[in-house]
Amino acid sequence: MLKKITIILALFISLSSFAQDIPERPNPPQLVNDMADVLSNGQEQQLEMELEQFARETSNQIAIVTVPDLGGYPASEFAFRLGEEWGVGQKDKGNGVVVLFKPKTSDSKGQVFVAVGYGLEGAIPDAVANRDIVDYEMIPHFKQGDVYGGLHAGTQVIKSLAKGEFSAAEYHEKASGGGGGGLGVIIFLFVIFFFVVPILRGRKRYYGATSRGSSLPFWLLMGGMMGSGRSHGGSFGNFSSGGGGFGGFGGGGFGGGGAGGSW
Amino acid sequence: MKKTWIVLAVIAVVILIIYSSFKGTYNTMVSKDESVNAAWAQVENVYQRRADLIPNLVNTVKGYASHERETLESVIEARSKATSVNVNPENLNEQSLQQFQQAQSGLSSALSRLMVVVERYPDLKANQNFLDLQAQLEGTENRIAVERRKFNESARSFNTYIRSFPKNMYANMFGFEKKAYFEAEQGAEKAPEVSFE
Repeated sequence: MLKKITIILALFISLSSFAQDIPERPNPPQLVNDMADVLSNGQEQQLEMELEQFARETSNQIAIVTVPDLGGYPASEFAFRLGEEWGVGQKDKGNGVVVLFKPKTSDSKGQVFVAVGYGLEGAIPDAVANRDIVDYEMIPHFKQGDVYGGLHAGTQVIKSLAKGEFSAAEYHEKASGGGGGGLGVIIFLFVIFFFVVPILRGRKRYYGATSRGSSLPFWLLMGGMMGSGRSHGGSFGNFSSGGGGFGGFGGGGFGGGGAGGSW
Repeated sequence: MKKTWIVLAVIAVVILIIYSSFKGTYNTMVSKDESVNAAWAQVENVYQRRADLIPNLVNTVKGYASHERETLESVIEARSKATSVNVNPENLNEQSLQQFQQAQSGLSSALSRLMVVVERYPDLKANQNFLDLQAQLEGTENRIAVERRKFNESARSFNTYIRSFPKNMYANMFGFEKKAYFEAEQGAEKAPEVSFE
């Protein structure tokens, strides 16, 4: 009887732990998460710095996660779930990449998986992820025990592929898009009311110098508005929150793109 | 005189409350239904992606392993069977989903037989074109797994919504039906047997 209860309890415990195997989103957010402790502090900081800079410049987010074990999941599923749960990449673009690394141990193979977000599947097709990133760049380093070298070389290729897809300027434009659109309409109306209409009317009626003078302040006002709108949009789009930090994951989605390998 | 006004006001308020609860529930059902449809479209999309890869794959294998005719033909046949089964998203009941799944898993097993056969041809396995196709196929299988999971999640959210009281009555009135789920493939994810004796 007691045995049954302990078995049932053990079963429950193992089930509940199975469900929680995807690690929680890091707080404060960071792009390099060395949970298996395979990188030195200096290497971690170097990678973090490079990836944060890339995220600032292009809005693409590449997260490196190393784990001691995969908790029973296939590497691919672990990477997709983690990417989705953490929300790597921007929500409207799905431009996140998760590089998942599990070190080789005495009784299991080392595994790496590059999970590519929805929005980058075109820039990083599976075959390219498999061949150029995993097989050519990462695994040769990992085989020699050089984890940092492999991750660095791999992310370098990911960067060069993803760079073309989204640029930071495009992202900023989009982030301030709502205000910009409204501003465009206002400018258009201003032009119509104070420029086109007077011209049309001016054909019928003579406009004196006074009326032209009175329209000048409107132009000045508009210039001022444009200036303030720009700077506002800029600070909103600048999601890196000041001096060289990483503002957090954006909620990107993963649909199963990417490839991995083992050694 | 005053009393009738009060009664009328109360009736009006009650009607308004009933109307707004109906409206909210109905609209949520519609949007949840739509998200199930969208998830289904994604599922069909990734299965179609797999079907599109197959002619290319078969041609590449044929160049190296032409006398594996039987295996190659069974893949082609399973492909045409799988692409012929389409499910209307309005009709996602267990029977139609099972039919769809059966056809697709026929193709899965034909493909895995092909991949076993391929192991015997080292030249083919060294061919870059084949390696790329293999990576694409693996990626597509990953996508299928992800989209199936997402479909199940949205179907579960819809089902939970329409089956809880009192929404189940509205759902009946408006003709919303429970959606079917994807079942795990045979053999995969089978719970380990535990015997207590």
